[in-house]
Amino acid sequence: MGPGVGRRAFISGGAALTAGLAAGAAGGRIVRAESAAGQPPNVPDWSRYLGAGVDAVPYGAPSAHESEVVRRTVEWLTATPESSVNFTPLQDLHGFVTPNGLCFERHHGGVAEVDPADHRLVIHGLVDKPLVFTMDDLKRFPPVSRFYFLECAANGGMEWRGAQLNSCQYTHGMVHCVQWTGVPLKTLLDEAGLKPKAKWLLAEGADAAGMTRSVPLHKALDDCLVAYSQNGERLRPEQGYPLRLLVPGWEGNMWIKWLRRIEVGDMPWHTREETSKYTDVMANGKARQFTWVMDAKSVITDPCPENPMRHKGYHPITGLAWSGRGAIKQVDVSLDGGKNWHTARLDTPVLSKCLTRFYLDWNWTGEEVLLESRAMDETGYVQPSIVELRRVRGRNSIYHNNSIQTWLVGANGEVENVQIS
Amino acid sequence: MSRSRKVAFLAVAMTLVAAASAAALGGERYGLGQQASPALIAGWDIDARPDGQGLPPGQGTAADGEAVFVERCATCHGEFGEAVGRYPVLIGGSDSLASSNPVKTVGSYWPYASTLWDYIHRAMPFGDAQSLSVDETYAVTAYVLYLNDLVAEDFVLNRESLPKVDMPNRNGFIAEDPRPDTPVGTPCMADCKGETKIMFKSKPLDVTPEGESN
Ligand code: HEC
Repeated sequence: MGPGVGRRAFISGGAALTAGLAAGAAGGRIVRAESAAGQPPNVPDWSRYLGAGVDAVPYGAPSAHESEVVRRTVEWLTATPESSVNFTPLQDLHGFVTPNGLCFERHHGGVAEVDPADHRLVIHGLVDKPLVFTMDDLKRFPPVSRFYFLECAANGGMEWRGAQLNSCQYTHGMVHCVQWTGVPLKTLLDEAGLKPKAKWLLAEGADAAGMTRSVPLHKALDDCLVAYSQNGERLRPEQGYPLRLLVPGWEGNMWIKWLRRIEVGDMPWHTREETSKYTDVMANGKARQFTWVMDAKSVITDPCPENPMRHKGYHPITGLAWSGRGAIKQVDVSLDGGKNWHTARLDTPVLSKCLTRFYLDWNWTGEEVLLESRAMDETGYVQPSIVELRRVRGRNSIYHNNSIQTWLVGANGEVENVQIS
Repeated sequence: MSRSRKVAFLAVAMTLVAAASAAALGGERYGLGQQASPALIAGWDIDARPDGQGLPPGQGTAADGEAVFVERCATCHGEFGEAVGRYPVLIGGSDSLASSNPVKTVGSYWPYASTLWDYIHRAMPFGDAQSLSVDETYAVTAYVLYLNDLVAEDFVLNRESLPKVDMPNRNGFIAEDPRPDTPVGTPCMADCKGETKIMFKSKPLDVTPEGESN
């Protein structure tokens, strides 16, 4: 259906329909009570009395009416909140940039409180001249700014064995996308001078987990950055303030926060996070190691369990797509569980290794629908179904579940996370 | 600053910038940062590799490590590594990796003993990291290996012996990423599949945290 006449007609008739659908019911977020005093033809208080002056909130905060738009955790997932995760509320976001305060958190030893005056980055190992940088030193290198998504390899990990969490936030919220500013890692490595035998780096955090990952040198020299800013301001403490390694398109665990040390070597270190964790057990018991890239993925963020259908008629289906291999080329949406697909409209800009917003115009007539989105990237990689993934990897992989998400839209407008054949 | 002095200053500044970027383009350096002294590096260079690089001099046995483990580790990991509550188990799981419920532990899963030394040394005990001495780290590492029947109680763990400890799942990993491992290319657009059945529903499980969002 084209927007325009049909849509207007729908809006005028909408209020009457609402009562029968999911508004306010289980499955959706609370619908606020309306008050006639605030609506035309009355003159509301905010049109009459002066509001707060400048500087009432020196660092601005969202409207009090948006207090439900927060990160959330699943407490039963982990033993302690210091080694845990929370999730970005994708279902409440617009465009493709994540606000800094809503970027999901994953820590292994809590949020390190680092004083930038004392923070140092050491580069040593197979280099001509081992170096130590202050934050001031690092900010004097020519900076670059880049948009990149960051996704935890365990995003969707709960869903390998079946549909579990009835939520867009909990099934897909371990991803965010911001504009980062920092220095290409190559610039810093050139400054120290790489020895010919150099093949790998060890990146280490200054937190109580001493987080460490091995990074192959070809990636380090390609597009890795050492970042000190996100979305124009200095990194948030929970995102690694004052310094974080960026490994674009690769699993979030490698994006070492509170980055304090880079050692150059000739083989990987096989740290706990690349052996015990972040390795993918296949059905035969063998585990894939060094599966770094985050394959193409997408999810519909409206409708979804948190955003049930409250009206029949026009509804712009929307969602996000991303790929660690490059730019998103095409997103298709299915209303019948993957039998037939309709190509969605990609909002611009469409950037490499970045979230991409998509839309599909839809006219819901109140029938049950199996809603899915499927991303394809510029390399021709197509997002698989969970059935296809299980066929090759079994059910115990935990990591790298980039399968197509199915939302069951019920006749009452409620939306449920399901898995289909 | 007078106008003419300002102009002169700018000119000098421009020359400097040009010099710096020319140097950078030639693969030269910006001259930022200080040379890191061996003493400075030694304080932070705490990693250990499978070939033993990074392991410091020192030693310990499982017999020595038992007391350390009981005092510093057992509150979370249990006296025998069986774990308390949701803290990680450190033992068991052998022959479980191909089952429907793989139990991944130091004994059943970890490919290298160096990883255990490195991880305990940098991150454990949880909440008091880097507080174990080198000898305590060797001893408690030996104890965790002993709990997994990988070394004897009196086996002396040190920089020479540790890389030689035989880890059962040493060959259990595939280092080459075989992805993409699902069909690629032009996606199907119409009549892509037959009848569709719902296999799993999340609502009846009722494991989603309650909150304003649900
Ligand atoms: C206060 C609780 C606590 C104490 C005490 C503690 N640990 Fe841990 N341990 C943890 C937690 C939590 C993790 C997981 C951390 C993470 O998720 O990154 C962990 C992880 C581990 C792991 C990795 C397990 C795996 O399979 O990946 C080992 C090995 C370990 N601890 C050994 C020790 C040793 C040895 C000690 C004593 C020196 C110790 N721990 C003391 C809480 C504790």
